[in-house]
Amino acid sequence: MALSDKDRIFRNLYGFEPWNLQAARMRGCWDGTASILAKGRDAIIEEVKASGLRGRGGAGFPTGMKWSFMPKQSDGRPSYLVVNADESEPGTCKDRDIIRHDPHTLVEGCLIAGFAMGAHAGYIYIRGEYYNESVVLEAAIAEAYEAGLLGRNAAGSGWDFDLYVHRGAGAYICGEETALIESLEGKKGMPRLKPPFPAAVGLYGCPTTVNNVETIAVVPEILRRGGAWFASFGRPKNSGTKIFCIQGHVNNPCNVEAEMSIPMRELIERYAGGVRGGWDNLLCVIPGGSSTPLLPKHICDDVLMDFDALREHRSGLGTAGVIVMDKSTDVIKAIARLSAFYKHESCGQCTPCREGMGWVKRMMDRMVTGEAEIEEIDVLENVTRRIEGHTICALADGGVWPVQGLIRHFRPLMEERITAYKARNTRLAAE
Amino acid sequence: MSAEHAEPASFAFDAESEAKIATILKRYPEGKQASAVIPLLYVVQKQMGRQTGSAWVPRVAMDVVADRLGMAPIRVYEVATFYFMFNTKPIGRFHLQVCGTTPCWLRGSDEVLRACKDAGHLKGYGDTSADGLFTLTEMECMGACVNAPMIAVDDDYYEDLDYESTVKLIEALKRGERPTPGSVTGRRSSEAAGGATALTGSETE
Amino acid sequence: MAKVTVDGIEVEVPNGASVLQACEAAGKEIPRFCYHERLSVAGNCRMCLVEVEKAPKPVASCAFPVADGMKVFTDTPVVRNARRGVMEFLLINHPLDCPICDQGGECDLQDQAYAYGHDSSRYGEAKRAVKDKDIGPLVKTVMTRCIQCTRCVRFAAEVAGTPELGGTNRGENMEIGTYVEKALTSELSGNLIDICPVGALTSRPYAFVSRPWELKKTDSIDVLDAVGANIRVDSRGPEVLRIIPRVNEAVNEEWMADRGRFSFDGLKRRRLDRPWVRKDGKMVAATWPEAFAAIAHRLAGLPAERIGAVAGALADAESVLALKDLMAAYGSTNLDCRDDGATIDASRPDYWRFNSTIAGIEDADALIIIGSDVRREAPVLNARIRKRWTAGKFPVAYVGPRGLDLTYPATHLGDGPAAMGAFAETLKAAQKPMIILGRGALQRPDGAVVLAAAWKLAADVGALTPDWHGFNLLHLFGGQVGALELGFLPGQGGKDLAAMLDGGVDALWLLNADGFGPARIPTGTFVVYQGHHGDAMAARADVILPGAAYTEKDATWVNTEGRAQRGRLAIHPPGEAKEDWRIIRAFSEGVGKTLPYNDTAAIRARLAEASPVFARIGEVARDGCADVAGPAATGAPTDAPFVLPIPVYHQADVISRASDTMAKCAEVYGPPPALAAE
Repeated sequence: MALSDKDRIFRNLYGFEPWNLQAARMRGCWDGTASILAKGRDAIIEEVKASGLRGRGGAGFPTGMKWSFMPKQSDGRPSYLVVNADESEPGTCKDRDIIRHDPHTLVEGCLIAGFAMGAHAGYIYIRGEYYNESVVLEAAIAEAYEAGLLGRNAAGSGWDFDLYVHRGAGAYICGEETALIESLEGKKGMPRLKPPFPAAVGLYGCPTTVNNVETIAVVPEILRRGGAWFASFGRPKNSGTKIFCIQGHVNNPCNVEAEMSIPMRELIERYAGGVRGGWDNLLCVIPGGSSTPLLPKHICDDVLMDFDALREHRSGLGTAGVIVMDKSTDVIKAIARLSAFYKHESCGQCTPCREGMGWVKRMMDRMVTGEAEIEEIDVLENVTRRIEGHTICALADGGVWPVQGLIRHFRPLMEERITAYKARNTRLAAE
Repeated sequence: MSAEHAEPASFAFDAESEAKIATILKRYPEGKQASAVIPLLYVVQKQMGRQTGSAWVPRVAMDVVADRLGMAPIRVYEVATFYFMFNTKPIGRFHLQVCGTTPCWLRGSDEVLRACKDAGHLKGYGDTSADGLFTLTEMECMGACVNAPMIAVDDDYYEDLDYESTVKLIEALKRGERPTPGSVTGRRSSEAAGGATALTGSETE
Repeated sequence: MAKVTVDGIEVEVPNGASVLQACEAAGKEIPRFCYHERLSVAGNCRMCLVEVEKAPKPVASCAFPVADGMKVFTDTPVVRNARRGVMEFLLINHPLDCPICDQGGECDLQDQAYAYGHDSSRYGEAKRAVKDKDIGPLVKTVMTRCIQCTRCVRFAAEVAGTPELGGTNRGENMEIGTYVEKALTSELSGNLIDICPVGALTSRPYAFVSRPWELKKTDSIDVLDAVGANIRVDSRGPEVLRIIPRVNEAVNEEWMADRGRFSFDGLKRRRLDRPWVRKDGKMVAATWPEAFAAIAHRLAGLPAERIGAVAGALADAESVLALKDLMAAYGSTNLDCRDDGATIDASRPDYWRFNSTIAGIEDADALIIIGSDVRREAPVLNARIRKRWTAGKFPVAYVGPRGLDLTYPATHLGDGPAAMGAFAETLKAAQKPMIILGRGALQRPDGAVVLAAAWKLAADVGALTPDWHGFNLLHLFGGQVGALELGFLPGQGGKDLAAMLDGGVDALWLLNADGFGPARIPTGTFVVYQGHHGDAMAARADVILPGAAYTEKDATWVNTEGRAQRGRLAIHPPGEAKEDWRIIRAFSEGVGKTLPYNDTAAIRARLAEASPVFARIGEVARDGCADVAGPAATGAPTDAPFVLPIPVYHQADVISRASDTMAKCAEVYGPPPALAAE
């Protein structure tokens, strides 16, 4: 199952080599870009569809299909490509490595994707905290311009394409595509109502497609090696290679590009040195970034790391941030901290999220100490259900799923905590 | 808005900022200058850091940005207070931003926080040290999770920290040194701690 | 059109309509907080969620477009649960202070809590408290009650055009306010109170005054500007406690201006509540018969041409007509209703009306404003211009003091009449160009020439066609146009205001005429002042006849368009004061010149005879221009800059000048920037 280095798209993921254009070309970047574009928009989109590539930003929407929503004929408005580099989902740090160590995969991908969707301009919206990464990215873009790979007649393709970097300023919500567009327009990052969708009315009211960094950055390689090559990895509908971020209670945390559908256990043990204290010391894993519900060990034993397998277990691949917790973990506290995160990052637009996230967070804080009634676990669960599905964007859903996952799998622990707290306080009162 | 700090009476961009602004404004189509509001607020914050040693965005500067971009001032206030990276109050010379989200917490961010408090003489989050050197802020996930726990000092990430290495970092800052950002353990970026497990040059590993 | 089925009821709605509109068409009431039909759709409160067949999640009906064949469900377990959830979330941080909240009894949140709320709370955590904001003397804030629906933010930015409100910070810490403490600069700020669905923004003057169910509600018309906003006067006993707008799409939509809304405390101050007669140089309280006798006595000795009458800004049509008839009975043709000296040419109605109509503004495609600060002279009409501007492709220019902030971009052409032509090319290129001439622009010696020049401009640029009348005179107060319609103007051989003030008469009957300085009346002229406030003019009078303010009589008012509307008595006039036309009728009887009407129906029948506008109450004829011939005036205007007629918005008439609330506003706001700069 092990992916060999030659089948890795991000051959400089760790920055062992320079990121610059010369080194990137040695790695195969910008090789025959003009001839890729010469195949035409439709052929490129078909090839991406054939690769089975699904968006790498969390939602997993088929990329080729997304591109095909863009108007074939302009009604006078320009089209825009926007790259979502607002990597902020707790547990996720893959795009950072692409940007700082292999930026030309992204820059080249932007040209190809921009061409495929009829865009002459692209914006890469990078989270504000990635300052040093943005410096590298800007330098890579400058190099590309210098070498004629961007701008007029980009890479000799006959297509004009400009690419800009725009820094965010600390708001998780801007990873939501319409909030990102709002932010890019100079407003608060508050998600827009849909419809209309960005492909019809996006940036500056123009047709826009927003794609994740990793999604765009794998495109050149897919087009060079063929959609079938990419589709040969992983299970059907879950194909390709994928960067996983393995962290938490593992011996050797790391980012690694591996094959989709790799068993979770193999992923952790092969690349991250295994769970601290051995596999049997595993308590649970959050498989795909903070929004995906945790999975207790017995599921982790044989679950595959892909969209469908994790979904079957009522979790998800998300951004593939694999957060491992061993048996020493106070899992209630681990989830409570995520509730604090979502409360902090709620934009405040929709009532259920604005008001509900604070409520959930405060209840979760009491669940950590046990200062609650057992029935309040049901209240907590019910409140998360009243938040879920009732807001403009999915932040609220992602914010309550971890709590639902906790209750689903660790309710006895929560009850125990409450009982213990009561016992302790009764004893104290009696003394 | 807290009234506890002194607002400067006025703000004007200096030459360095103006040069930066000129390049920023070129990125956006005509009539869409409002897009530059976040970049310009950064320019303000940087200039304040340069000029006063405290990188923050005073209200008068928000008005200057509004005027420059043809926006209503309230729209700039909204942006400046929505995004967490703009400091609407003065801060210390170094902004110690501790990630406290679950991935870092699992790997000991509490210890990093303790080290910051001890070495920086800080009471807790939101505090600025008496010498004006440090302001301590809890950050939400900063996206360096496989190198947890981490802190950002201004724009620079320091990773794979523990109590001792955090203290060492802060002492270095006090001495006016700026250690190279990245992992403090010698680990190369996000490769597996203890040695890469991929991209090792072998075909099959 | 799209066919939509709502709970089994099939309705047809236009393509592009929202699901909410379809639900309403089907008679299904959809609860909402953030949605307001005159504001952009925010979709943030989530109260209006409904189920749509095949949609994976409930959708916000206010924002979701209909599609042909769509099936909508408004009363399913999913919908009810969603609404109950939203209601619970709204209430967890909302204070339980309904008993002391001025919104109580007319609060959307309170009402909907009955339908969707629990009888007890599951929320055991600390409630959020938000600091109140000081946004001026008119709007009181209790921000802890705010449910962040952002209606006020959108109103300020979109309708009022004063983007000063916003939501700062984020998540549950988001606060609505101005960030930097400041009074809102809008003349429409009172509307924020109406659109706020909870008690976060309430009326400062009305704070802790009353409960809605204690109020007597009287539909009436605002007369403190010439828009004729439809209003409801809420009173209790002898007091007006508040004034709020009613919907009239053709006039004020659902807005009203601050002066009209908040001046009512001026109705209680400086009132003339009994007749007065000057004896030996001093004003002495008198009875009605004594006052009438004093006037009769003085008039009896005078030839008709030495008697004159002037009607002013707040005179209602009935009393203007009665006074005109009385003067006719005396044989006098010395009448003038242009007490501000505006040189209006009354030879043809379209010389003095706002011919395009207020709603017609939305059809115009270019606009020049001459000598008017529309924003402060007619805030609601200005909002209509802004609405048109927001719709796009609407070039606007103005002639007047530089730096006028009209709430929409407008090119400054110059400050005097010479600049009027500078926009002609743009107007010519337009299909329906509009010229708005301020009444203030005619209050100058060469006013007649200005009027003629403005008309000529309209004619030259093609604004006067059989289908479109683009010439508009913007009046300032509710009584001004009615008097013009009734021809309260110098008759055959009659003297106008200037002639009368120039020693042309020995006795002068002033009906609400406060538009000129009392010092202009020659010593020795016998002055009857009929009005309701002891303002400067009353002090000059020899006899004071206490009349009724607009809230105290059934009266007819004509707005700047020429639209006659009925005001109604909400409270009785104070003391011995009476309805104005009845005063004149009573006097006429006493002097043996009895006017031929003695009840409201009869005088109104006479009104309808006098001018067709009074025969079509509430309506206005929207005609094109049948005759492009302009007012007769020759020569070119001087280049004296235009002077705005209302230097302080909040104090413009006898009522607002008597108002404490308006005095506070005048102190806070001062003169408009364009004037302050001079």
